[in-house]
Amino acid sequence: MGIAFPIPDNAIILRREAIISGLSALIPPESLITSEDERRAFETDALTSYRRMPLAVVLPTTTEEVAAILAFCNENGVKVVPRGAGTSLAGGAIPQEDAIVLGVGKMNKVLDINFGDRTMRVQSGITNLAISAEVAHKGFFYAPDPSSQLACTIAGNIAMNSGGAHCLRYGVTTNNILGVRMVLIDGTVVDIGSDAMDAQGLDLLGLIIGSEGQLGVVTEAIVRILPMAEGARPVLFGFETSEEAGACVAAIIGAGIIPVAMEFMDKPAIEICEAFAHAGYPLDAGALLIIEVEGSDAEMDAMLKKIVTIAKKHGVKTVKESKSATETAAIWKGRKSAFGATGRIADYICMDGTIPTGQLPYVLRRIDEIVKSYGLRVANVFHAGDGNLHPLILYNCNDPEEANKAEEAGNDILKLCVEVGGCLTGEHGVGIEKRDLMRHQFTDIDLGQQMRVRAVFDPKWLLNPAKVFPLDGRISP
Amino acid sequence: MQTNFTPEALENPAMQASEKILRTCVHCGFCTATCPTYLLLGDELDSPRGRIYLIKDMLENNRPATPQVVKHVDRCLSCLSCMTTCPSGVNYMHLVDHARSHIEKTHRRSFSDRVFRGILAAVLPYPNRFRVALLGAAIAKVFTPVLRHLPGIGARIEAMLSLAPRMIGGRSPLERPQIVSSEGPRRARVALLTGCAQPVLNPGINEATVRLLNRMSVEIVIPKDEGCCGALVHHMGHEAESHSFAKKNIAAWISESEGEGLDAIIITASGCGTTIKDYDFMFRNDPEWAEKAAKVSMLAKDITEFLATHELPATTRATNHTVAYHSACSMQHGQQIRDEPKKLLKSVGFNVKDVPEGHICCGSAGTYNILQPEIAGKLRSRKVANIQKIVPEIIATGNLGCMTQIGKGLSDTNDSTPIVHTVELLDWITGGPTPKAIEKAGLKADIAINTLAAE
Repeated sequence: MGIAFPIPDNAIILRREAIISGLSALIPPESLITSEDERRAFETDALTSYRRMPLAVVLPTTTEEVAAILAFCNENGVKVVPRGAGTSLAGGAIPQEDAIVLGVGKMNKVLDINFGDRTMRVQSGITNLAISAEVAHKGFFYAPDPSSQLACTIAGNIAMNSGGAHCLRYGVTTNNILGVRMVLIDGTVVDIGSDAMDAQGLDLLGLIIGSEGQLGVVTEAIVRILPMAEGARPVLFGFETSEEAGACVAAIIGAGIIPVAMEFMDKPAIEICEAFAHAGYPLDAGALLIIEVEGSDAEMDAMLKKIVTIAKKHGVKTVKESKSATETAAIWKGRKSAFGATGRIADYICMDGTIPTGQLPYVLRRIDEIVKSYGLRVANVFHAGDGNLHPLILYNCNDPEEANKAEEAGNDILKLCVEVGGCLTGEHGVGIEKRDLMRHQFTDIDLGQQMRVRAVFDPKWLLNPAKVFPLDGRISP
Repeated sequence: MQTNFTPEALENPAMQASEKILRTCVHCGFCTATCPTYLLLGDELDSPRGRIYLIKDMLENNRPATPQVVKHVDRCLSCLSCMTTCPSGVNYMHLVDHARSHIEKTHRRSFSDRVFRGILAAVLPYPNRFRVALLGAAIAKVFTPVLRHLPGIGARIEAMLSLAPRMIGGRSPLERPQIVSSEGPRRARVALLTGCAQPVLNPGINEATVRLLNRMSVEIVIPKDEGCCGALVHHMGHEAESHSFAKKNIAAWISESEGEGLDAIIITASGCGTTIKDYDFMFRNDPEWAEKAAKVSMLAKDITEFLATHELPATTRATNHTVAYHSACSMQHGQQIRDEPKKLLKSVGFNVKDVPEGHICCGSAGTYNILQPEIAGKLRSRKVANIQKIVPEIIATGNLGCMTQIGKGLSDTNDSTPIVHTVELLDWITGGPTPKAIEKAGLKADIAINTLAAE
């Protein structure tokens, strides 16, 4: 397996007992995990092929505890790997041997709801879906909807600037967060942004969202909540080939039509998801688009009419509208469970590259060729409207040779995304997974500037240090 | 997930099965979100994914269970909510069962824990012993203020006594083996699991079942030698004991099935249903029992599952009472029965409402509310608060454990809403007597107009 970890700092590991004893003075016993058995459960996230045992795990319950922990770690040179729900597909929450894991799972409360201003203040360990669930009775929701929204935390969403199926219309995390309370590595607590729609001065919030836990630990967030649309209707469009479906997406976007969501599945993905969700996906189709429109019935009908006209030009074979709330739920359940459901047939690595939508037909063909050239299979399921690809490369993780091939195929695909004018990550973040590919995206000058900004917040590189930037050539201020 | 078992270890069929389960898990973490203990504790070790990881390491290295592993596996309710959530199809139930049996084989629990569990295992599955124990508990209740301070076991004793009823009724005639013939031509013949704790605590459930089935021209047999399904000891990791309970039942039912024939084995406690439907897995490698166990698992039906495929008798009373339907975990997650009970209740006129956060356990979970009183208590309060949000007139469910647990939560909050078994309501509205709890609450359902006309 090709991704390297930094060589652990032995001096820190030797001081483990003292570090644990220092931490134990800061938090209650049930918030400090030290035994080998128990630490092991935190050695990885959803990128399970990489695993490192942390020195200890802390699960604080308040911002004050987080501040005390970070100040202690800063003083003692201990690295800190922040963790939300550990659902990262890019290895964003994978620890290292000379680091502690700081999990926000116990900080999952709603602090304040303001329907008038459409804002909500939450602790960062709350799950994405729990935010929406809290305000659903008043017809509100929190818009970004990563497929892991059931489990993933807003902390992780902020770290990775997560997206989701409905981001085509509603924007990603950064468009839906108004403020954060963040603890800096020296223990200083800062509030950035506010209940207002825009903050004065530099857009620090824009900097923090998507910084992969390297600038500080977010303990609270002010999120935007939105009223639900009058109606929503997903429609299934079945095509014979992936290229046709890809061309249809490009044509819809090209025509200036922005549905709420436009999701793509190829044949293997359709079969996997249908077997799990029984959503009525067309099993005879070579590719499927789930296109959701929102609004009043008249608005939805009008937009659908335009979309269907375009789809017909691109050879759509079946068009099937959802007829009930149950059907709609099943359609989305199938899509959102796609990655996990793939686990029923094989191990996989899930890629996350973004391309200009006009390149979809070409890139889909190339992905197929690339993966086949390694003798592997691929299932494609992704946010087509955003050009955000998620090829799932299927392999057997108990076979080291195949695991290497899968990783190489993945790297080739991401390089292809960059080549056609896209980027390495749409929403999963860089983590460790794409770290060494960053030089394909950026020049050393670009990377240097990014690292200088990062170092302003964390000069000693203690926060999530093994991620995002290639291990060699790191810059401190 | 990658696994690391030695080829020798995989010769053991239990290890083989667990390895397969672990290979299916992709560590996506979805399960954490619907796990009751993770919701309360926020620690991944108290979530399915964390437990799977702990179990994986223990089994891969064939190590004795450490106190840490025991702590987190013990905290699992086996509510199986994770299995409903899991997109990858991980059979957590079989994995945690394996872990529990591994724990019992390799870990020595503290003295008080051993005694406590020993007593539960020796009493609960046996109606006669249980009846005597309940009489004792009724007396001991008085001493709760003293007993709760006993070191180590005080909280558990308090929990146990608080769940025990103040008095128990007499022995139900249905506890004896017998055949209850149907009125009119026989449409089906079923065995009824009398169970262990249920007939002692609430004989009315099976009595309602028999009346209702009889009116549907179904003959009911209560076979000789039928007893506890084994779930209670199974969840404590006592494999041999649970298998011996299971075999006794399998033998009893197969003999009926091969004799006069059986169309179904009817279960009125969903906790038992989950276990009996798993007999086929339990005995899959036992050449003598595999086939019989598979037959039994196939015949096993929750009462609502059976009723859903047969025509209910005509209603004799009119009702539009608001019923909160509490789906037991063993019903919705263990057996994946979700809509049938609600449809049945609606079909006889009830205004059925779902309980918010209905997928989360009430904390009953077999003996969990006695062994883990703190977590169980929090889940109970959470459940009762959610039920109260919909202001029901009646609460219906399909599992006695939940009835006891929620009943305690209701009485703690001075809420006198009656909680009954789904089948009691169905029996009532289609010609049976008013269930005791309903009568006590003073709820009435008028004689239906068509029935009056017929008279």
